[in-house]
Order: sequence, then C-alpha cells, then structure tokens
Amino acid sequence: MQTVKMVITGPFSAGKTQFISSISEIDVVSTESKLSSDAEKKEKENTTVAMDFGRITVDEDLVLYLFGTPGQRRFDFMWEILAEGMLGFVVMVDSTKPETFREAKSILETFRAYAPTPYVVAANKQDHPDAWSTDDLRIALRIEEGVKLLPCVAKDKESVKSVLLELLYSILETMDDKA
Amino acid sequence: MPIKGELRDFSTTQILNLINLAKKSGTLTIFNAQKSGVKEKVNGKDRERIDPGAERAKVSFKAGKLIYATMQGQEGNLVSVLNKAGKLTDEQARIIRERAKNTSDKALALLLINANYVSQNDVLNSVQQHILNVIYALMSLNEEPFRFEDDLAPDPNRIHVPIDLENVIIEGSRRIKEIEELNQHLPNLDMALRFPENPKEKFKGIHLSVEEWRVVSFVNPKNTIRQIAKANNMSEIEIRRIVYGLEQAGLVELVKPAGMEGAGKPGSPQQGNQQRRPVQKPQVQKVVVNRLIDKIRSI
Ligand SMILES: Nc1nc2c(ncn2[C@@H]2O[C@H](COP(=O)(O)OP(=O)(O)O)[C@@H](O)[C@H]2O)c(=O)[nH]1
Ligand SMILES: [Mg+2]
Repeated sequence: MQTVKMVITGPFSAGKTQFISSISEIDVVSTESKLSSDAEKKEKENTTVAMDFGRITVDEDLVLYLFGTPGQRRFDFMWEILAEGMLGFVVMVDSTKPETFREAKSILETFRAYAPTPYVVAANKQDHPDAWSTDDLRIALRIEEGVKLLPCVAKDKESVKSVLLELLYSILETMDDKA
Repeated sequence: MPIKGELRDFSTTQILNLINLAKKSGTLTIFNAQKSGVKEKVNGKDRERIDPGAERAKVSFKAGKLIYATMQGQEGNLVSVLNKAGKLTDEQARIIRERAKNTSDKALALLLINANYVSQNDVLNSVQQHILNVIYALMSLNEEPFRFEDDLAPDPNRIHVPIDLENVIIEGSRRIKEIEELNQHLPNLDMALRFPENPKEKFKGIHLSVEEWRVVSFVNPKNTIRQIAKANNMSEIEIRRIVYGLEQAGLVELVKPAGMEGAGKPGSPQQGNQQRRPVQKPQVQKVVVNRLIDKIRSI
C-alpha cells in the first residue's frame, strides 16, 4: 500500500484543524504528546503539543494523510520531520487577523526552505465580514504571482476540496515540467 | 470588504504600498489607540488589546493616488491651509472666514485667485503640503487601529490634489524612527534585489537621494543586500531603511541571490548555520496524483 501526505500549516487559529476535519474520513486525531525540558520540569509546567492528523482513503492501495502543524514556533523541529516526503503543503491564513500575517509569511518561507514542493495559500474565513480579500492578501503577504492564493472557508467541505484540488493541479504541473 | 487592522501589525507604509499596488480608491480612517487593559493572545504571545477610540485622521485615495488628508486638530479648510502656508495673513484669513462662511473650498479658491490674493500654484502647493504633513505625521504612529473603506469619498467641498504614492513612501521610510519596523520587515540581508518588470515606468518622477541611487546602481540578483551595503560603506540600519523604502514603493523586489537557490532560506528560523537534513522529494507518479484528484472530486 502506498501512502502520501500533505501538510496543512499556518499560524495559531488559522483554521488548520477545521480544514482537516471538514474532509477527513476519520475524526481528526490530535496526537497529544507532553514535551517538557528539564527547565520546564523545574517550573512544573508541561506544554502540550497537539498535531492534527486526517485521512482520505482512495482505495486499498492508496491513502492520503493530512497533517496539521502544531502552531507554536517552539516546535519548529517537528515541522521539518513533518515536511519530509510531503507531496505539497497548504498555508492557512486567517484573513480576518492582520496581526498574524507576518507570522504566516514566516511559516510559509520556513516550509519552502524545507522542501521544493508545490504549495498553495488558503485565505481562510472568507465567510467573515472582516476578511481581507485575496487580492489584498496577496500584496500584504507578498505572494508571488505564480503561487495560488485561494479563498477558503474551512468549515465548508466544498471549499476545502477545491483548495486541495488546486494544490494537486499544481503538483501535476511540476510533473509535466519534468516530462 | 473593508480592510481592518492595527498599525502595530500593518504599518502606514504597508497600507500605502497596498493602496498603491492595488490602485485603490477610498478612505483610510485611523483611530486613537485606546488601551483596553485586557490581554489577548497573538501568535502565542500575550499583548494588550487595543480598541479604536476617536477618529484621529482620514486619508483619501483615488485610483492609487493620495488625494486628500485631514487630521484631528489640524484644520483642513482652504483658508487655514493658506494661512498656515503664509499665503494669507491672519487678518486676511479672519476676514475671508467671516465673509465666505458657506462657500466651498473650490469656489473660494476661484474667488481668491480671481481677486489676485493667491495664485493657482499657491493653492495647489499649499493643499499638497497640508496633505503631506498629515501623511508624514501618520507614518510615525505605530499602534493605532485603522480601517480602509472602498468607495468612501472625501468631502467634495475640499480641494483634492492627486499625489503619487511612491515618493511619499520613500520619504516616509526616510523618517521612520522605529528600527524595529525595519528589522521585522527585512530579516535577511543575504537576499538580493532585482528591478520589477517595468522599471522605467516605475522610476518616472521618483526623487531619490544620492544614497538611494547608490543602492539602486548595485541592484542585481547576484548582489546580496549585505554586499551592497559593504560596497557603499553603509551600516545595517542605513541599508535596511533604503531597501525598505525602495521595496515598499515597488521600485525593487527581494529575491534569492542568483546561483544560491535554497541557500538563502529567507525567514527561516534563527537556527543559523545548523545543518539541515536535505528533505527527500517523494517518489510519486502522475497516475497517483490523478487518482487523488478523482477521489477528492468524488467526496
Ligand atoms: N468564520 C469562520 N471560522 C472558522 C473557519 N475555519 C475555522 N474557523 C474557526 O477559527 C477557530 C480556529 O480554528 P482551528 O481549526 O482550531 O485553527 P488551528 O489553530 O489552525 O487548528 C475556530 O473557532 C474555528 O471554528 C472559517 O472558514 N470561517
Ligand atoms: Mg488546531
């Protein structure tokens, strides 16, 4: 059986869990692992790292896994492990929260440096009245013209489907280039 | 859709860049920052929530050009503007205010020009200076809530003077005092610069300083910003300020240095020279991707 994976990343509260939940055939598993450094043990505090995990089964011999990245910057090292072998990634942005745009761009650049795989940017929460338009977000986040920036409502399955499809089309295109 | 935010997250310069590139028409309102005393979590850190207080300034744009601006406490009517610019004495201003109470600025301008009080240039220059004074004052704000509304036009009774935003952005970046803004914006001096697609068009009518021209003359994807600074004997802050202004004005773009694809790692976390394992590209065939596409379409 072949498994392939895609990574759903973005700042805290961008809608990663929602995005994966809307399309996953299993309940999104939040694998919670308690991490604590010696220093933290001394301070008697534990930090929980939750990682979202969803699945789409194509048939007996092909399964797609969707991994959501934990939001906190401190766990960057987990991102790199997640990025390994991914087919592509989605950067989720909360279009209503400009205070997270800088962080979103920084996460995008970090992932881009991990792997030369295709990616799309999902301008999430477009159903919200305070959402910035995709055109404005492209300028605000400085997304190059060749990169897809897609309107998204993570609560809506059709919207999630179209974001994943656009990513898959981009992946196909890079394969055509090489042929 | 209105654009809402706070200047601490998205600066005046960035807003002007957005309006310029998107050729927007509408009005930007900046509110006083009202500290709420309530904490909010942003990107995993606590900070104090800021609520919009009273209106502080209004700036209007048409097709990506600045056309009018007013600020609380700075009268924007023509008589005050001409008075402040020294084109009307206090006494003249007082008399005109009394006599022309309900006259629009445009009508008043015609009257004053016809009566040889002032020239048309006096009017345009004074209004332009007023608008620029407001906008430069706004550029030193760094936390206030803002809101941009499309289709919200400025007071039609006022005189509107179209001003290109590129020069405003560059001049504004010369005045930035907060080093932090420059640092946040340009985290990696190992990036290179290149010109946008139609540089001739973009540079038309731009007033650059000698230092800015020196940087421009080194723009080439082969030169990192750090190298340009070194060649010109500039400090990090100097080069950051100049590149910030040029970039926000759309005159240069940041790129990975040529021949170093992947090596620049823009914005990657501060782990510096720590070696990374090269990430394997997945060995996936086209047929697999097509099967995924069919599956997702069918969900
Ligand atoms: N209005 C709206 N809210 C959303 C959308 N997607 C997610 N949310 C909400 O945003 C919050 C954060 O979503 P979550 O998936 O937990 O974000 P995560 O931290 O990236 O995993 C939750 O309250 C969601 O219900 C959307 O498309 N529209
Ligand atoms: Mg989550």
